[in-house]
Amino acid sequence: MSGSVLGRDHRILVVLLGAPAVTVFSAFWLLPMARLAVFAGTGPSGWNAYLAVLTHPQYLESLISTVLLSVAVTAATLGIGGVTGFFLSRNEFRGRSALVGMLTLPLAFPGVVVGFMVILLAGRQGLIGLLTQALGAGKLVFAYSMGGLFLGYLYFSIPRVLLTVMAAAEKLDPALEEAARSLGASPARVLRDVLLPGLKPALIGAGALCFATAMGAFGTAFTLATRISVLPMTIYTEFTLYADMASAAAMSIVLGAVTWAALALARNATGASVAAAA
Amino acid sequence: MTPRRSALFWPQMAFTIAVCSFLVLPVVLSMTAGLSVNWQRGPAGGLTFHWIAEVWALYAETVARSLAIALACLAGDLLLGVPLAYVLARHPCRRTRLIEEMIMLPVAVPGLATALALIILYGSLQGFRSSSLFILVGHVLFTLPFMVRSVLAVLSALDIQTLEEGAASLGAGPLRRLATVILPNARPGILAGSLMVVTLSIGEFNMTWMLHTPLTQTLPVGLADAYASMRLEIASAYTVVFLLMIVPLLIVMQLAAPGSSNQSKGKR
Repeated sequence: MSGSVLGRDHRILVVLLGAPAVTVFSAFWLLPMARLAVFAGTGPSGWNAYLAVLTHPQYLESLISTVLLSVAVTAATLGIGGVTGFFLSRNEFRGRSALVGMLTLPLAFPGVVVGFMVILLAGRQGLIGLLTQALGAGKLVFAYSMGGLFLGYLYFSIPRVLLTVMAAAEKLDPALEEAARSLGASPARVLRDVLLPGLKPALIGAGALCFATAMGAFGTAFTLATRISVLPMTIYTEFTLYADMASAAAMSIVLGAVTWAALALARNATGASVAAAA
Repeated sequence: MTPRRSALFWPQMAFTIAVCSFLVLPVVLSMTAGLSVNWQRGPAGGLTFHWIAEVWALYAETVARSLAIALACLAGDLLLGVPLAYVLARHPCRRTRLIEEMIMLPVAVPGLATALALIILYGSLQGFRSSSLFILVGHVLFTLPFMVRSVLAVLSALDIQTLEEGAASLGAGPLRRLATVILPNARPGILAGSLMVVTLSIGEFNMTWMLHTPLTQTLPVGLADAYASMRLEIASAYTVVFLLMIVPLLIVMQLAAPGSSNQSKGKR
């Protein structure tokens, strides 16, 4: 139907315009990924390499700690981003846009830089350590542990969740909250019966995005702690240090499937697409 | 007259400011450390550009390479992404939806996985593997969806079919319609997408760390190197250089955005 007025020239043009991107994508992503998926089965343990993520004790431990860390970060970020995002979208005050600007500044920081930010806060020469030392409580250093990773993941997750919550809260009619309040509902009830149901799709979407980003984050862990084995670090060390490329390939495919599934969930929840850039 | 604040206003405000300090304080710390003679003594111990100069001597090449890759990446995304966005906007159907989904994959899947896949399939092509082109391919894959989405959002908000048919009835051929009807209308999307692509490319690390060679280090690769092996002042000064490149782009992006409310209205 669409071609009826514009004719055959138009159809040829459409194919010509779409072809370059599709070709490049197929040659440099689809084909390599297919190769990676097959390559994972060519190691000494064959296709069992995929199961090793669950059966190999060290890989399993790495998987579990990555999932736990990501869940904890997601929960904390939803709380923090939910409160601040809702506050900023419902209140007008001077300096509000400057505050939003500062809160979204880290959006474009690569993971390595976020890692360094944590080092400046909680590293060997970090601010927290200097302060606790000055207070005579000894030097508090936790950048290179799970606590440091948690802080770093929080750092890059808050801006993303904040933006999603703000966008959703702006679409939520404030009249609903006022109606509930005027009928005598307490702030807690307004939160439970009006705000949370209204923001639920956005919170699910933001949460899934946050989880996927945390699962796949590499730069922050790389800067902070080569000893903490979150899954991306495990993949990296297997590939470069032990040259166990089949295991590394299998784990990347599994990790990719997990993050992709989380993002698909986010999209279904919000009805709109979200993009993760760790 | 100020509106009446609810009792929860100030506690929420305090919390928001605390969160903001958590995000901004380390940035201020890195600027202080990068410009101080000695980090332990802080700015009181004297300010200097010595560390910045040292960073320049050590890492100027990585800055230049990152800029070159970002611009090449932008060119690639313009050539591949803008035409594709037009096709997706012009013919929304199952097949084009699938293409749109597919090109999102390099963003949905960790960069580490994409990098391993590229290395395993193309790593043996020595000339390709050891050039910046190898990194460029990764960056184009990773940033293309952002360009496509940005242009698509603008085009989907218009009735481009009617626009085109109008132009066709006046005798404009397909190429003429693209140049005089579609591209001018897509401009805000192309601009926003371009800023996004350049920003992302300059900061990309996860993929680049695997794809680079000692002779093709980019800015974030150099940062990782400095964080691991240089004194804190140099690492901080290098971070300042990075921030000086990325923050202006972010600010322009926020100013040039066709209104955040407009963007979220786009159906896709």
